[in-house]
Amino acid sequence: MVQIVEEKNNKPTEQEEYLLEVKGLKKYFDISEGWFKKEKHYLRAVDNIDFFVKQGETLGIVGESGCGKSTTGNLIMQLLDKTEGEIIFEGVDLGTLKGEELRKKRAEIQMIFQDPYSSLNPRMRVFDIIAEPLITHHVVKGKDLQNQVYELLDVVGLDRSYARRYPHEFSGGQRQRIGIARALALKPKLIICDEPVSALDVSIQSQILNLMAKLQKEFQLTYIFIAHGLPAVKHISDRVAVMYLGKIVEITTKEKLFDHPLHPYTEGLLSAVPIADPELRDKKHRILIEGDMPSPANPPSGCRFHTRCPYAQDTCKSEEPKLMEAKPDHFVACHFPLKEGHGVLIEK
Amino acid sequence: MAEALLEIKDLKTYFHTENGVVPSVDGVSFSLKKGETIAIVGESGSGKSVTSLSIMGLIGSPGKIEGGEVLFEGQDLTTMSKRNMRKLRGNDIAMIFQEPLTSLNPLFTVGNQISESIRLHQKASKEEAKIKSIEMLKKVGIPRAEKVYSSYPHLLSGGMRQRVMIAMALSCNPKLLIADEPTTALDVTIQAQILQLMKNLTNENDTSIMLITHDLGVVAEMVDTVIVMYAGQVVEYTDVFTLFKEPKHPYTKGLLDSTPKIHELKDELQSIEGTVPAPGTITQGCKFQTRCTRATAKCFVEEPELKELSSNHKVRCWLHEQEEVAI
Repeated sequence: MVQIVEEKNNKPTEQEEYLLEVKGLKKYFDISEGWFKKEKHYLRAVDNIDFFVKQGETLGIVGESGCGKSTTGNLIMQLLDKTEGEIIFEGVDLGTLKGEELRKKRAEIQMIFQDPYSSLNPRMRVFDIIAEPLITHHVVKGKDLQNQVYELLDVVGLDRSYARRYPHEFSGGQRQRIGIARALALKPKLIICDEPVSALDVSIQSQILNLMAKLQKEFQLTYIFIAHGLPAVKHISDRVAVMYLGKIVEITTKEKLFDHPLHPYTEGLLSAVPIADPELRDKKHRILIEGDMPSPANPPSGCRFHTRCPYAQDTCKSEEPKLMEAKPDHFVACHFPLKEGHGVLIEK
Repeated sequence: MAEALLEIKDLKTYFHTENGVVPSVDGVSFSLKKGETIAIVGESGSGKSVTSLSIMGLIGSPGKIEGGEVLFEGQDLTTMSKRNMRKLRGNDIAMIFQEPLTSLNPLFTVGNQISESIRLHQKASKEEAKIKSIEMLKKVGIPRAEKVYSSYPHLLSGGMRQRVMIAMALSCNPKLLIADEPTTALDVTIQAQILQLMKNLTNENDTSIMLITHDLGVVAEMVDTVIVMYAGQVVEYTDVFTLFKEPKHPYTKGLLDSTPKIHELKDELQSIEGTVPAPGTITQGCKFQTRCTRATAKCFVEEPELKELSSNHKVRCWLHEQEEVAI
């Protein structure tokens, strides 16, 4: 049943190739204070970002807490209203759509949430949770509805008898499967996964990652995979964007990013990840990024990373670098991109 | 060989719930030398946190230590009086918890909380305690320590709070530091800073660390010895190099294979099917039987013992009954 009708074109034209294109996206939260909020302050959660997602690929978005990665996901999902910019899905700017048109488009973008404990309604049975999107979008009714829900349970590897149960009867991994079944129900083209495995145990994480990879092949899904756990992102993504304080600082293919990063922040981030091999512990040189991330309500001037950057120079304090193609298909926002950026393992 | 600082012998902590007795920790034994760093690895529900709380004497009703000994420098902590235990906690044994925000009291300043333990355990005056506290804050890499001393926990970031916790834990030069998932709630760059800090501080003072974690990356970088726990039992116990190179328990192997590795690329991750069984549901045979790919008829009937393969490698699995086999 869950067959995505649209066949992937073998040779898409330049325009069609991008399933999603984000242009100049901004989200400012008003944190004004004072009498009648006279002192205007904004928290720039997402500040002018551009990227695209190709049909059938997985784009990873990584960064530390507060970098705006989840806000980006929520904006694409239309769960938050953008301040400025365009979110173009299949050639249509979602911001220009209204009413029934928007409802229809939204069905094609679905989301998997981080916490499988709070993202499922505890008072609904699994059947109703999975059936809900099918009912609200008037896809099927009656016996067909039941069959579709059962087939969705099969697809995510859950027993059909579980449909009568409530979420509290399941473990974290099983709940995440229910969440995935719900996201798949409307045969979406794009699924935004916001930290889908970070709340799960290691052995369960790999089950879910494998399931996601399998479903992607089966249904030609496109994923935006938002996470802070770099090993999982490296495993599942085709291309990766690194965010820092509301900006994309680097975006390229996974191989280029993990082997030869151009941005000092990416280099530091990769170097900070512990390597699961004790033999390498003494051979590894670590670049420590000092200090904490500054508050996005009051970001540093110029390059936002200059306060923690080991290579910062005077220009970095005053001028903001633009995201530029420093090498083919490798975009970086830095005045002085690394010539020989170190990947994960820096040999001593 | 140095004498053991901490020795756990056949520790059993059971929870007496309405639905019967739940054996959270079921006969755990291990020892920790001075200056050694040991990790307890396992998934949620494996009993790793309950083990550490049992050592600290922090198990509350309905939990109870049902058997075994916790020997700290030869003294059994399970039979120690509450008064003596209080003297020990925070002084000789200190603990760092996972969530630094909930383990700091929001109503007191950071300085107040650090100096409290110094004044209690070291009989220091208020002024001396303040000087010592600020010194500790500086030592853990907190900028503007004087200012942080008089701030409240909510003003600090997660990394800063965890530093404060570490400063507090180390303020009395403990002999043993128990760190329960100390970096799980932190970002990766901050995690690297905190781990480095823990390494430096323990090298200086020769403190032993018991690290409870599920992150095999942290284990590989930090520890000397690893205990793998599953369903309240130790299933494998060896040094870190052997564990990563030649794991002997199918569960350990499964854990290692299912971890995505940042320095390798794989098309598909191995995974362990199923989930950790609820404690007490498997009454017969090996606890890992339901998820093990190599289970035989024997595994469903008889429970394996923790068998010594070599002087520093113990494993609880029938596979190695006759001779050591590669898995």
